[in-house]
Amino acid sequence: MDRGGNEDSAGRGKGFMLVYFRKTESEGRRLAYGRMEEVMNNLELQKQANEVRKGIITAVHSAKAGHPGGSLSAADVFTFLYFEVMNIDPKNPAMEDRDRFVLSKGHTAPGLYSALAHRGFFPVEDLISLRKLGSYLQGHPCVHIPGVDMSSGSLGQGVSAAVGMALGAKMDGKAFRVYTLLGDGEIEEGQVWEAAMFAGFRKLDNLCVIVDNNNLQIDGPIDQVCSPYPIDKKFEAFNFHVINADAHDFDALRSAFKEAGETKGMPTCIVVRSLKGKGVSFMENIVDWHGKAPNDEEYAAAMADLEKISAELEKAGEA
Amino acid sequence: MMAEKIVKTTAVKKVATRESYGNALKELAEEFPQLVVLDADLAAATKTGIFRKAYPERHIDCGIAECNMMGVAAGLSLVGKIPFVSSFAMFAAGRAFEQVRNSIGYPHLNVKIGATHAGITVGEDGATHQCNEDIALMRTIPGMVVMCPADDVEARAAVRAALEHEGPVYIRFGRAAVPVINDGPDYKFEIGKGSVVRAGSDVTIAATGICVDSALGAAQRLEQEGISAEVVNICTIKPLDEDIIVKSAQKTGRVVTVEEHSVIGGLGSAVCDCLCAKYPVPVKKLGMQDVFGESGSAAALVEKYGLDARGVYQSVKEFLGS
Repeated sequence: MDRGGNEDSAGRGKGFMLVYFRKTESEGRRLAYGRMEEVMNNLELQKQANEVRKGIITAVHSAKAGHPGGSLSAADVFTFLYFEVMNIDPKNPAMEDRDRFVLSKGHTAPGLYSALAHRGFFPVEDLISLRKLGSYLQGHPCVHIPGVDMSSGSLGQGVSAAVGMALGAKMDGKAFRVYTLLGDGEIEEGQVWEAAMFAGFRKLDNLCVIVDNNNLQIDGPIDQVCSPYPIDKKFEAFNFHVINADAHDFDALRSAFKEAGETKGMPTCIVVRSLKGKGVSFMENIVDWHGKAPNDEEYAAAMADLEKISAELEKAGEA
Repeated sequence: MMAEKIVKTTAVKKVATRESYGNALKELAEEFPQLVVLDADLAAATKTGIFRKAYPERHIDCGIAECNMMGVAAGLSLVGKIPFVSSFAMFAAGRAFEQVRNSIGYPHLNVKIGATHAGITVGEDGATHQCNEDIALMRTIPGMVVMCPADDVEARAAVRAALEHEGPVYIRFGRAAVPVINDGPDYKFEIGKGSVVRAGSDVTIAATGICVDSALGAAQRLEQEGISAEVVNICTIKPLDEDIIVKSAQKTGRVVTVEEHSVIGGLGSAVCDCLCAKYPVPVKKLGMQDVFGESGSAAALVEKYGLDARGVYQSVKEFLGS
């Protein structure tokens, strides 16, 4: 099954200008969400996301270990956050008033690293050093990596740090926003709900929690392991504004993040329905690819899949 | 023989170090504008309520959710705050251990943990709330400073030192009022520095926290029997003042450690780690001997587990006789 693939939305929204950025700026407040000099259209985003996916496969293959499935499911979200939404500067990763991102589902570091590398925080060539002794690209995110705002990987913990950052911004009257990405299996951790209760109670409307709902965790489908469903209703009950969106549809993501940025008085949770392993045909919706590296043969097949998508996107651009 | 220096042990003034903690937070608030205080529904008990009363906008009650509180503190530190996180030692170091390790220790964040109600002097609440493992847990985290102040003066000094230090710090405070022993005019505090609070030559008693007072009391009794005990106050258990331990061991040849904590992994273990490598001498570790505590008054418990002056005196006597 493919819920909202590259094909059906290829090229859609080409030339779309995000005017609401400027509108909120003129009101003297924080931008609705993020800010970028050049706004990318959907086709450009799809191409970029596909490059991020290639980086994931290359890194995990090189490391002979890692988590491709959840990195691929979140690749479009990573891309949209780092290329569209967030106010960041790759030349100045520690910029004081930058938007923050915490990868609470830290095992999908290959996805984050690939997005950061492609965004210019460090060389794309470094992705092959993932998980290798002496490399700065640790198996799970580490705060010393350029662009990484918080060490994470022990599930359930990143979201609390994101909540703390959002609270700190509120206390100091700072305008930056905080984003955090959680796995749908991860939300089985009790700490997630401690954090959600706190964020809802404190009305942290500068916080946006994203749940990557790919429906698979290591031991199987989440609704067969220890179901966290209904995810949206749970966050609603914790006083979040909840948006359901397709993780692989940039129009849906654009609309969701815009709504999150405009929501006042409560934090937002965007539950994105995604396909684990998205983009690599033999990894899609297969739980085994949660935490396994492709061998050389599989690597070639995976890259061939992604090159095919690249070619299709090029063709769509010419049409 | 006469001790060179005697610190009074019969001080009239008694203050619980948790009280010192709350007062210090309030006193230092203006000097450290980035200071914020987090608590988990225990502000009255941990005494952060003193700070809250003066600076309500800088006090964050996280509710009964210590694991999230540690993460929130981590996040606050990443946007420029200096959070002091408070709960009982059992919940700060015990329940939230992995959050402290992974969300504060691993990224080496500037978060301070003020853990009160440590050890058996929690008293009547019993074993579930008597944390005798926190020093052991916290000192295994790379880069974590671990302190256990002996009295009001040292507790206040430790809070200031923690704020001036860049990086994670764990400070252990007690529930019960304890005598002020560090009120000499020449007292100064430094992270990682122990102090000889009573000089002696026959045996070293290295103590931490409320047990420093017990050690001094034991030394007085020993003196009456002609035994000269040197009492070393070790407030900072990590990094340990190895020089002061080795120097004293070289002088006396025998070391007794005293702590309101398990003998596994605490001050005693830290002292043994040091002496094994640098100057091996016989060591006797006093503390909780791999047992849980129980309900009772603080005084009764300290007596039962041999951590009062009399208990320490008897253990030292046995040790020297062996």
